[in-house]
Amino acid sequence: MKLRRDVFQAIADPTRRAILSLVALQAMTPTTIAANFDYSRQTISKHIQILAECELLSQEQQGREIYYQLNPQGMKDIADFIEPFRKLWESRFNKLESIMQNHPSKIE
Amino acid sequence: MEQKTKINAQEGQQDLFIVREFNLPVESLYRAYSEAELVEQWMGTKVIKFENSKHGYYEFETSHNGQVMFKANGTIHKVIPNQEIVRTFEMENTSIGVQLEVLTFENLTDHTSKLTIHIIYQSEKHRAEQLKLPFEYGINMAHQKIEETLTKLN
Repeated sequence: MKLRRDVFQAIADPTRRAILSLVALQAMTPTTIAANFDYSRQTISKHIQILAECELLSQEQQGREIYYQLNPQGMKDIADFIEPFRKLWESRFNKLESIMQNHPSKIE
Repeated sequence: MEQKTKINAQEGQQDLFIVREFNLPVESLYRAYSEAELVEQWMGTKVIKFENSKHGYYEFETSHNGQVMFKANGTIHKVIPNQEIVRTFEMENTSIGVQLEVLTFENLTDHTSKLTIHIIYQSEKHRAEQLKLPFEYGINMAHQKIEETLTKLN
């Protein structure tokens, strides 16, 4: 549960969003990812770590290198995140509709 | 089941849209937003203050077992009957901040209408807080249910 709660904060950061769009194209090592930014390798590693913790990135060991790629399931969770909010409005609006169907408009 | 209410929240933005079509004439839909006793019924909250006019204001409060669970207030910036309401909304004691809401009421046919609520948050982070809320609320309710059940067992 805690994982999902942090997903939005994970993608709130522009650098992390840039990383996501990079690895969406192809799996990359932290070094290749870092090469696309002016930040230190350490800073980029931290961002990668946060994205991986939120399961937005999946990793694969190839020889001595770790490759990161986009985890589509993690991105789906973001859409699921909005669902409780949508349901809240759906039930309010259903109520509004049934109440107002019993309240014909005033003829003015 | 058909999803009548749609939420459009683009990644990296600080706003979102709530869109819904109603089997109601636009006048009825607008009335549901402009009369305190109707708001109370469908929002399921107590309306403390309500003046739906330019520079008007409103205040809602919901209690559960004598304890205030939800308190919200806002001011009205602009009102065009059956067309538009521009207002602020703030849920008290939360980290969501103040939001600007533009409600557009559209006439589709004599018996159908459409409501679009454009909510603009102070930042993307504030929007994230809002989206988390029903989620956490659901978890809290579940916890409460479990506690109640356990208390009964003891």
